[in-house]
Amino acid sequence: MAVLNFLEAVRETLRAEMRRDKDVWVVGEDVGKKGGVFGATLGLFDEFGDQRVQDSPLTESAIVGVGIGAALYGSKPVCEIQFADFIFPAFNQIISEAAKMRYRSDGDWTVPMVIRAPFGGGVHGGLYHSQSVEQYFTSTAGLKVVVPSTPYDVKGLLAAAIRDPDPVLFFEHKGLYRAIKGEVPEGDYIIPIGKADVKRDGTDITVITYGKAVHFCLEAAEELAKEGHSALVLDLRTLLPLDREAIMTAARKTGKVLIVHEAGKTHGIGAEVAALIAEECLFDLDAPVQRLCGPDIPAMPYAGPMEKFYMLSPEKCLEAMRTLAQF
Amino acid sequence: MTANTQARHEALGLTRDQLLEMYYYMLLTRRIDERLWLLQRGGKIPFVISPQGAEAAQVGGAYAFRRNQDWFLPYYRDLGINLVAGVTPREIMLSAFARRSDPSSGGKQMPNHWGNRGANVVSGSSPVTTQLLHAVGIAQASRMRGDDVVVYTCCGEGSANQGDWHEALNWAGLHNLPVIFMVQNNQYAISVPLEKQVAGGSIAARGKGYGMPGVQVDGTDLLAVYEAFKEAHDRAMRGEGPSLIEALCLRITSHSSDDDQRRYRSAEEIEAMKAGDPLTKIKHYLAEHGLLDDAGSAEIDVRVKAEVDDATEWAESQPYADPEFALSQVYGEG
Amino acid sequence: MPQLGESVTEGTIGKWLVNPGDQVKKYQPIAEVITDKVNAEIPAPQDGTIVSFAVAEGVTVKVGTLIAMMETGAGTGSAAAAQPTAPAAVGGPVRASSGPAAALAPAPSPGKAAAAPAPLAAAGSATLDRAEAGGGARYSPAVMRLAQEHGIYLNRLKGTGLGGRITRKDVEAYIASGAAAEPAPQAETALQAAAAQAPGSAQTASPAPAASPVPQPMAADQVIPVDAVRRRIAEKMLQSKHEAPHAWTMMPVDVTGLVKLKEQLGEEFKRREGISLSYVPFFIKAVVEALKEQPIINSQWAGDKIIIKKEINISIAVATETALAVPVIRNADRLSIAGLNHAVADLAGRARAGKLTLDDISGGTFTVNNTGYFGSAMSAPIINHPQAAILSFEAITKTPVVMENDAIAIRSMMNICMSLDHRILDGLVCGRFLQAVKSRLQGYAAGTVQLY
Repeated sequence: MAVLNFLEAVRETLRAEMRRDKDVWVVGEDVGKKGGVFGATLGLFDEFGDQRVQDSPLTESAIVGVGIGAALYGSKPVCEIQFADFIFPAFNQIISEAAKMRYRSDGDWTVPMVIRAPFGGGVHGGLYHSQSVEQYFTSTAGLKVVVPSTPYDVKGLLAAAIRDPDPVLFFEHKGLYRAIKGEVPEGDYIIPIGKADVKRDGTDITVITYGKAVHFCLEAAEELAKEGHSALVLDLRTLLPLDREAIMTAARKTGKVLIVHEAGKTHGIGAEVAALIAEECLFDLDAPVQRLCGPDIPAMPYAGPMEKFYMLSPEKCLEAMRTLAQF
Repeated sequence: MTANTQARHEALGLTRDQLLEMYYYMLLTRRIDERLWLLQRGGKIPFVISPQGAEAAQVGGAYAFRRNQDWFLPYYRDLGINLVAGVTPREIMLSAFARRSDPSSGGKQMPNHWGNRGANVVSGSSPVTTQLLHAVGIAQASRMRGDDVVVYTCCGEGSANQGDWHEALNWAGLHNLPVIFMVQNNQYAISVPLEKQVAGGSIAARGKGYGMPGVQVDGTDLLAVYEAFKEAHDRAMRGEGPSLIEALCLRITSHSSDDDQRRYRSAEEIEAMKAGDPLTKIKHYLAEHGLLDDAGSAEIDVRVKAEVDDATEWAESQPYADPEFALSQVYGEG
Repeated sequence: MPQLGESVTEGTIGKWLVNPGDQVKKYQPIAEVITDKVNAEIPAPQDGTIVSFAVAEGVTVKVGTLIAMMETGAGTGSAAAAQPTAPAAVGGPVRASSGPAAALAPAPSPGKAAAAPAPLAAAGSATLDRAEAGGGARYSPAVMRLAQEHGIYLNRLKGTGLGGRITRKDVEAYIASGAAAEPAPQAETALQAAAAQAPGSAQTASPAPAASPVPQPMAADQVIPVDAVRRRIAEKMLQSKHEAPHAWTMMPVDVTGLVKLKEQLGEEFKRREGISLSYVPFFIKAVVEALKEQPIINSQWAGDKIIIKKEINISIAVATETALAVPVIRNADRLSIAGLNHAVADLAGRARAGKLTLDDISGGTFTVNNTGYFGSAMSAPIINHPQAAILSFEAITKTPVVMENDAIAIRSMMNICMSLDHRILDGLVCGRFLQAVKSRLQGYAAGTVQLY
């Protein structure tokens, strides 16, 4: 059992999967000798060579489109989009091609690929190095969207994504890369895509979240416990398909639900989760379902005070959790 | 029958039988398409988009590839490519009628969105040139595995302005991948003529910028197209990388069954295309060189008509998928 | 320690490039810092003198940690400047993704905040603030469900939620304490029963009556215990008033002809039939015929639908000394005036004798109320649940009336008063119905009506 940070967990899982299966290869901007702008592929170039750890031209659509072609041939590309903010040139390839290939060919052609992209703010990244883009993809059936929050989950979920028969978008919050460390078992294991995880059990309120906000909420839950309120924290881990059962179970347990995400509020994941709870759990609800999300502005501003205003924090989470607990 | 012209197909290594087979595929392409228009105008199918005027480019091009070994990522007009690759007229008609057993999609996709696993024809979509990147990825993956594969992909001249087109050529050029990019330049992107679409006026010239030969060829001349493709295919097999072939074609019909080109093309211009009809040209070549007499020609006509009749009637009698089939194949088994 | 790259959270002092006591210029490199992303020299934030190092070479510290003290000579204290300003010099404020620093986020200026209310609201918890105003009177779906399942009278609970709101946990604790099993006071039981009968209205029905205090008798007051019949009447009246939005309308009717007719035929009828000829069968006759013209009046509200009854079963309100009975004449449209007269006499007699069967009082589709019997000139009856309407026939009085030729005549006039369930019925159809009743009553005269 090794203690790895989030980024190391990504790297070591890639390494393990590439050793395990010769068809797995990595492609993206600066993933080769440099090892990626964050270091996610550091050292892989030396071990696997320039074909399996391939520097791409500055062409996001091609990174994904070539990946789709390779996947059609039976290979298993792991495409890296340097920042999730730059994924939009590849939007057509993801939505029109990867998501629909199996459906439109009656299963004859499939796209077993992974698209990794660092996302999220709070890192002085401004408008174009801070976005949470998951909501643009979660309404497209045919895709899977995974957002891990711990090194342990990274390994199990990234391995699952690489072995998955369908296209998986794997969003890694930049703010977790070096900030979060955790124990990661050395052997092979898989965390099934589509399964949420109760990161903290509780009886008074239910917090449903994912990504970096999981840690904010866990920190806030500790504070809240000192005030005598017990919070359940459910980490969605997979946003598409949603773990409906886990959401309903967690909502029913306390009857008070707060959904937290960094991405904007309107048409966000929280809206879908809230709708599910409204449809299925009305008679267990003891309070209106609450959402604590990013503001509905185009993107995260650069200047420190404005960025802080946008970003979630343990304090903001605690306040929302306390208000709900006291309701 | 002069030694000079006789040598033309023979010089390319084509036998009489092979040439007659190419003619057969061109005629089959034309006749299937004509039947589809009748079915569309008769209300039996909703949509047609035609290869008429590009039969020589498609059949001549496809003939340079190896069936069941090379891969094909065609564009929507590429009926001739599909037929040469091994897709049957019955399968084409199943797709036109959107029946359950349509091999491209079971009736989910519009016709001409080809896809045939057995024939290595990869499923395509409607946004143009996305498939060029897939072709590059296939070439990349096949080379990683050490497989001997050459990949065909194609689009129209209007599509050659898409970002994916340039990204694909650049990537293939960078990695010297065995991909042959064809652009069937029929002078019109729906209603917009070449001079309003393509800066510089030449698609072929763009190849140089991406480190590959760019060849312009008369797309109505079967043997000229075959020659260009044979050379490109040989290059690819020798590991010398990708090629760009711009085939100058005609668009005899409107863009699709939802379009009427008389609104933007003069009657004279439309009439003038008849002289360049690739089928007329190849028939003339065959007659001129004593390769096909009237009796032989009539025999091929009868055979093609019988195949088209059979495919139409059989496909129309096949069942639709159940409505709930709409819910199938969203995700695979985990 | 400045943040030297996105996602970088810590850095190692590789080498100090200056020594304590050194004069340094702004932007002069003072240390080499190693992170897992970049290696870089970090510059001095100000002109000044290095006082001391807080972090030794080779030591790794988190972003934002104090690494050195320097004196800036600007008259401020010796130690203050270095920590907060150093990171700013390399491109951004201290990174504070967690911990107490985040609480110090500067508030946006008032002008900015006012200009962007939507995003601010989007990040808040507006609905909970609104709910606060509701206080204890509003129950969540979970609380309502638990109360219903366990027969709990929620006013007995003390809420611990916002503004005294009763929370799901409050109810669960109440159930766990066993208190819910104790018998509730009688008044509460009744309300519970009323709530249980109409689950759809339980939320609004039960708290409202409970809110008014129960009156206490004074010494000289007489106390009459509420018996089962009185309670049943109370429940039915309450139910009707709660569920059906009542509307009311009245129409005067000239029954001079009917009065004469009764005078003419009364004696003969009594001799022949053994009972007095009453006005009521004429009223009923007019009503059933009008109901056939306007069948929607003969209907019932059923939540998501309206049921128009095929049978015309007329309920007749019969007053006794202490109670009210409403027996039913089944298929009243099939009876003659004489037959109706017998039916009315029979049911009224048995009602006053307390001999009505359950069958006698059920199945009515419309109620005729003879309030004229005790001299009422106008009344606003409560609809007989679940029917759609009720019609009162008031006292007949001789009244000067302006006739068509503007002559004034003394006529026998009667008001007919209708209460209607406005969920089902609207004014127009009721007006037509009353007109139909009226025209028949005004048409009754000797020779125009058959008793048999």
